[in-house]
Amino acid sequence: MRTAFHFQGVPVSWRSLGITLVVAALLLAVPTVLNPYQTILISYGLVMAIAALGFNLLLGYTGLTSFGHSAYFGVGAYTVAFLVKYLGVTSMELYIIVGFVVSAVISAVFGFLCVRYTLVFFSILTLALSQVLWSLAFKFFWVTGGTDGIRVPRPSLLAGTFQFTGSGAFLRFVNSYYYYLLVVFAVCVGVMWLIVHSPFGKALQAIRDNATRAEFIAVRVWHYRYAAFLISGVFTGLAGVLWVPLNGLTTPDVFYWPFSGEIVFMTVLGGFRNFTGPIVGAMIFNYLKTYAVATTEYWQFLLGAVLIALVMVLPAGIVGTAMQLLARLRKEA
Amino acid sequence: MTILHTVNLKKSFGDTHAVDNVNFTVGTNEVVALVGSNGAGKTSLVNVITGMFPPDSGTIHFQGQDVTHYTTTERVRAGIARSFQLVNLFDKLSAYENVALAVFARDRKTHRMLSPADGDSAVRDETNELLRQFALHDKAVTLAGGLAQGERKLLDVAVAYALRPRVLFLDEPTSGVSTRDKAQIMDTVSAVVRGGKISAVIIEHDMDVVFRYSDRIVMMHEGRVLADGKPEDIRNNEQVAMILIGGKFTH
Amino acid sequence: MGTLIIQVLNSLLYASALFLIAAGLSLIYGVMRIVNLAHGTMYAVGAYVAAWAVGAAAGRIPVLGLYALIPLGAIVVAALGMVLEPLLLRPLYKRTEEYVLLATFGLLMVIDDGIRFVWGGTPLSASVLWEHMGGIQIFGLRYPIYNLMVFLVGVLAAFLLWLLVYRTHFGLLLRATSQNMRMASALGLNVKRVYVQAFGIGCFMAGLGGAIVVPSQAAVLGMGVDALVLAFVVVVIGGLGSLEGAFVGALIVSFVRTLGITFFPEIELAVLYLIAAVVLLIRPTGLFGKAS
Repeated sequence: MRTAFHFQGVPVSWRSLGITLVVAALLLAVPTVLNPYQTILISYGLVMAIAALGFNLLLGYTGLTSFGHSAYFGVGAYTVAFLVKYLGVTSMELYIIVGFVVSAVISAVFGFLCVRYTLVFFSILTLALSQVLWSLAFKFFWVTGGTDGIRVPRPSLLAGTFQFTGSGAFLRFVNSYYYYLLVVFAVCVGVMWLIVHSPFGKALQAIRDNATRAEFIAVRVWHYRYAAFLISGVFTGLAGVLWVPLNGLTTPDVFYWPFSGEIVFMTVLGGFRNFTGPIVGAMIFNYLKTYAVATTEYWQFLLGAVLIALVMVLPAGIVGTAMQLLARLRKEA
Repeated sequence: MTILHTVNLKKSFGDTHAVDNVNFTVGTNEVVALVGSNGAGKTSLVNVITGMFPPDSGTIHFQGQDVTHYTTTERVRAGIARSFQLVNLFDKLSAYENVALAVFARDRKTHRMLSPADGDSAVRDETNELLRQFALHDKAVTLAGGLAQGERKLLDVAVAYALRPRVLFLDEPTSGVSTRDKAQIMDTVSAVVRGGKISAVIIEHDMDVVFRYSDRIVMMHEGRVLADGKPEDIRNNEQVAMILIGGKFTH
Repeated sequence: MGTLIIQVLNSLLYASALFLIAAGLSLIYGVMRIVNLAHGTMYAVGAYVAAWAVGAAAGRIPVLGLYALIPLGAIVVAALGMVLEPLLLRPLYKRTEEYVLLATFGLLMVIDDGIRFVWGGTPLSASVLWEHMGGIQIFGLRYPIYNLMVFLVGVLAAFLLWLLVYRTHFGLLLRATSQNMRMASALGLNVKRVYVQAFGIGCFMAGLGGAIVVPSQAAVLGMGVDALVLAFVVVVIGGLGSLEGAFVGALIVSFVRTLGITFFPEIELAVLYLIAAVVLLIRPTGLFGKAS
């Protein structure tokens, strides 16, 4: 594999560069080439990709399986809903900033409870905490709007520069928001890439592989797991914030455990041992879900069955398996 | 000059006195072999000194400080490191990454989140140098889980050594490898330790290895120190020989 | 005052069900060092099967016969477990821990939706059994006898389980395998068979928990995940791997839950979590737990 250039000492191959540029070009062309419905679909894909990236920092890189990531997504979503309902805020930037802070706080609290434990205890505790939030959102219906939810109108972008009212607003919003999302997505991917390739990221992977040895090389395991949890929660919370304008409505379902299951599924589908796995998985999952939900009423059954099949038969996921095949082909060549 | 010593160290597991009133010393630039039959307490002693378990009573002193209640991390930062008998590596990371991680941790750079690890040239150079010293440089990109057993044992030691300790505890560094590999491992480890001018404590069963590479031999039996002296003295110690090999030491 | 006593007695029923689920979870963990995330859904299947059987046979056989159908829920779940363990879980033991978690989470989704597929969305009940036993007067209020019977069943189950684990040959095999699987295997113990059996017993208990609760409380969708979460709280408080812990924990959780529902209905789940969090902070391995 030939090196194109070095980024801060890391060799970047022609192949990675080529793939990234092609993907970037494709993504940029979407609103021009595809119709609004499909643009919205890909927008959802980008949002979930951010959530999955956050989730996988814990699973793929730190070895912690969270079944309660809907908690942070929901916190982001409800932050926007509350900003709209109680403070009349319409600026997307404010949504992002406040959502970031609130997700960080919730992740900090939940992380403190969860990170002292590993494996099963950790996993069920994350599930349990998300269920607590769900039951609160459900029961305090006079605050959260209960199952009817809270409606969120189209926000203004770039500190009020772009507003989406009047004729043709829908189409303008779909396209503008798509580009907005694309930029945020690119930033998130870049930041996460840096994190997992940094010394911190390597320390996380060491903890994943051998927590005991990590302690014996002076890496204090608890601290790193907690930091990873915090970052993970914030990424997923940000995804929740970005999701609301697409959906227009925030309901308690966003906290309910099957939604966590979807995040887990899309990450495993793409491959949780690769950086791009969660992104690919999220995009593909989005399409799968749209068509599957239209076909069958037992969507959750399908999800569970395929998850089991993936774990048993294709544990490396789509990206992982593809890379294995490529490596084998190159060896034979 | 003593760099580490324990005072009446005790550790019991239930009814077993794994470490029974042990006064163990290590001098600067000294290679000490810790020998004894299985269950003598060698690994338990090392476990207590390196911080895996707290002692029931007694104290540990390192470079003039009482480290008895230090955490593992604090001990590593003070200068005590260890390798493991059952190889304990980061299997999904490469040999290079295993050693680099120890270097990053030592230099307190592991909190850095927004710069690529491979971009740190100081760490890169040092890691490559260490890999060369341990004859692992051609396996740098191989995942630790995919190395041969002898290489894994060397890597285990390399990771501990990368922490630049003052005292390095090696728990059976040659166990589970062929005789030819044993010599190669011990030659490499010995060269690195002597060249680095650090002290080492080696738990070892192979008496040939012990006599050839150590400055001093400490023998434990049933949790107590039974003998402590130079190789020649130990060799002539009939009681030690009887316990260890059931006869006299030859050659 | 009378209401309070009634509420406390009510919680005994729930405590029995919780004990059975938690003890099953603890048993499986103790022997196999895994937790089946679908364990709560096993409870749900037990409830649905029992309710369905009673509903289908009601009117056709005398009421006393209907009581005999209740264990059917437990048996079906045990059978299900004994098929799933070798098929789904055994291939994953040699992999890192997250694979079992992911697979059992998938199982949770499959069974949860599977219940909806088989029995639909309307709650199923077997209240005929509950009514049949009638009630007794306590402090001027009527208290269902069925609830007391269930508590006795729970105590009996606890006793039988204790007997099984500590006084039988099979229990010895279970304990040997749980303490040192490799050693047990080296001694010629058929660990695979012990695992399947332990898993089966654990599932049986979860199913029984569901089955005995269903005459008093209808089987509803989503009861599986709720049960898993509550059983987890029980196990956290009592300690994973401990029988006594499951018993004490179940009593505490049930009692608090009943009080919570009566006085603070909105935050009942949160109160339980608060208790679990406090227990975890003070005694990380639970009141009776073994450090894993």
